[in-house]
Amino acid sequence: MLSYILRRLLYAVPILIGVNLLTFALFFVVNTPDDMARLQLGAKHVTPEAIDRWKVEHGYDKPLLLNERAPGSARFTDTIFFRHSAAMFAFRFGKGDDGRDIGNEIRTRMGPSLAIALPVLLIGVLVNVTFALLMVFFRATYLDLWGVVVCVVLMSISGLFYIIAGQYFIAKLWNLLPISGFAGGIDGFRFILLPVLVSVVAGIGSGARWYRTIFLEEIGKDYVRTARAKGLSEVRVLFRHVLKNGMIPILTGVVVLLPLLFMGSLITESFFGIPGLGSYTIDAIQAQDFAVVRAMVFLGSFLYIVGLILTDISYSWVDPRVRLR
Amino acid sequence: MSFVPVILWTDGLIFALLGGVLALVWFIRRHPHLSAPWAAVARRPMATGAALVLAVFVVIGLLDSLHYRARLSDSPPGRPQYSVEVLSVFDKLVGKLRTHQEKTYSAPLAMQLYAKEFVERDGASVRDYPRLKYGGAHLKRADERMPDIVRRALVGVAQGLAVGVLLFGLLAAWQTRRRRIALRPWLASWARGGLSWPGRTLVLVVALLLMLGAVTVRLAAGYHVFGTDKVGQDVLYITLKSIRTGLVIGTLTTLVTLPLAIVLGVAAGYFRGWVDDVIQYVYTVLNSIPGVLLIAASVLIVQVAIEANPERFDTAAARADIRLLALCLIMGVTSWTGLARLLRGESLKLRTLDYVEAARAFGVSHARIISRHIFPNVFHLVLISIVLDFSGLVLAEAVLSYVGVGVDPSMYSWGNMINGARLELAREPVVWWQLTAAFTFMFTLVLAANLFADGVRDAFDPRREGRP
Repeated sequence: MLSYILRRLLYAVPILIGVNLLTFALFFVVNTPDDMARLQLGAKHVTPEAIDRWKVEHGYDKPLLLNERAPGSARFTDTIFFRHSAAMFAFRFGKGDDGRDIGNEIRTRMGPSLAIALPVLLIGVLVNVTFALLMVFFRATYLDLWGVVVCVVLMSISGLFYIIAGQYFIAKLWNLLPISGFAGGIDGFRFILLPVLVSVVAGIGSGARWYRTIFLEEIGKDYVRTARAKGLSEVRVLFRHVLKNGMIPILTGVVVLLPLLFMGSLITESFFGIPGLGSYTIDAIQAQDFAVVRAMVFLGSFLYIVGLILTDISYSWVDPRVRLR
Repeated sequence: MSFVPVILWTDGLIFALLGGVLALVWFIRRHPHLSAPWAAVARRPMATGAALVLAVFVVIGLLDSLHYRARLSDSPPGRPQYSVEVLSVFDKLVGKLRTHQEKTYSAPLAMQLYAKEFVERDGASVRDYPRLKYGGAHLKRADERMPDIVRRALVGVAQGLAVGVLLFGLLAAWQTRRRRIALRPWLASWARGGLSWPGRTLVLVVALLLMLGAVTVRLAAGYHVFGTDKVGQDVLYITLKSIRTGLVIGTLTTLVTLPLAIVLGVAAGYFRGWVDDVIQYVYTVLNSIPGVLLIAASVLIVQVAIEANPERFDTAAARADIRLLALCLIMGVTSWTGLARLLRGESLKLRTLDYVEAARAFGVSHARIISRHIFPNVFHLVLISIVLDFSGLVLAEAVLSYVGVGVDPSMYSWGNMINGARLELAREPVVWWQLTAAFTFMFTLVLAANLFADGVRDAFDPRREGRP
């Protein structure tokens, strides 16, 4: 088991290197630091001096890969690649355009992101599984048929609509909850209620339908027929047997998402003014802050790979037939 | 000539795609084993109804893809000069919708502006809602508005129904003549739903679409059906123009995805070994980057490139079009991994089957084995993923435009409409019509696409046979 995890971790290294090289190519080769400076400085006819000054300020004045003029090992370390791309492996992200340390921002913003994303995931799975089980229980009746139609209708509605409608009706018109904002501790509860509610409702359509397919696949298997033949009631079959076995794909689908919860949700956070990583990313994209976008790309890929490894481990945990070697 | 045709990049690709689809239809019709699942799709009422709605969207999108630049009226006869404004056949057809511009916001079917202004009345200057320049301009008094709207709507419904009945009569005449049966039994079996195709749904959907269309045309002749936006442009016009953007993103992106996913996915599964390793590595890397971030990073870079070379685009439309194309390319390059993984798994299974082994034993080349034995057997997966992805891509456009990495801000798109209008909900009274129009049209397109996709998936997926 331990050796398996170690091997998987080692396998993750080349993938992270690939991500790193790709972002390096996107941000520094396709698009030179000069272009970035021109975009940031805005004006059409910027002076070369202004561009140079901007590059020095942001540390983009070094050669890309090889510094011919530097002595010794600084030939490789005193370059844009080493300082801005390779440094990410040590989680040193440097500073954003606003002068703040990106690593620091990430640490303080992870909390609010998690405060929204974790309840959304847990409540979402609970609600979706409940609806899916109901549809499976009433399968091949009009209730099931219309349940599926409602799911398709729900998933055809844009996610933006759920947010805008939720904010408008619940917060503005009926004054039930604050329209946006965030607070730490117990005060924060009323702030996270609306974003969580909206996100869960927005996910019901695709989620319930997806779980319904999983359960339907499970219900056609032999062990279910055996359980029925033993004389178990349909409810018991559904809860004791189908739910338990159907949880395997559901659980592993959830585990892969767990690490990514830290990243938060771009749209939800920015609409509701949550100071999490999602709104941080969106602000960076809109301000064209390349350093932050680069850091978030690396962090996101890292967390995704952690999620993949956790998924494999959780497989062997919930399904004794899977042995990791 | 009074105009010069303009072929934007996306126009060319859309018509190339249309040509490809028509060729495929012709090919499928000639092969009974290929057309059988499509016949199954056509027998499903939901799928056919949805396909009809989709067809309306597609026709509007295609009309909107025939671009031209009008000749300036004051240009000298020897050296014609053309307007920098790129128009489309659709613009020409709707004519007044585009040019009837008010001053600022006005509510749907209103005859007065949204904001109060000083207006001259009986020699004195009073603060009141001024009349619109075009919306309800034919009315004399405010109390004539409601009866006029109702009259126009009723006339529209009647006209739509009349055309619908006429079409139904033609259909009945054609069917009874072809099958040599009397009209009465044919009508009876139609009403019962006993035809081999979903006749009732088809007729109902066509009638509804005709009525909706006729009512809209009637009302749009005198009013702004969905009101006007901040600069006074007709919201119905903007919404209809946005259809093309949604369709382009939904289809051209798949066009980019397909070759990558098919070639790489099948190659990885069929050749295994180092080819498989390399391809798996590439798609794991691409997959591990959060999608929106990768798209955002690439769009930022395209933006820099476009701004660095402004001289390459002679019109604003050409520049917006390149950005739209780049968005499709980027979304395609970042989204081929799912299908590729699916095709790899399927090819892995297929390559061990007896008939593939036999072909290999006979010395058939790899290229031939893949094209004759592997590809036809994974084609249903490709098709299902095309129709399933479409709706997701249309929805993604709105989100990306909100993030600021979507289509060009000058382009008509539902994402831009929503983005521009969402803050107007804070106004008093609320400006709700832009959001409603954009969400309604987007919802209709996506729902139709989803229902159609379900029909296609059920008909093509061999594992789903005989299941509800």
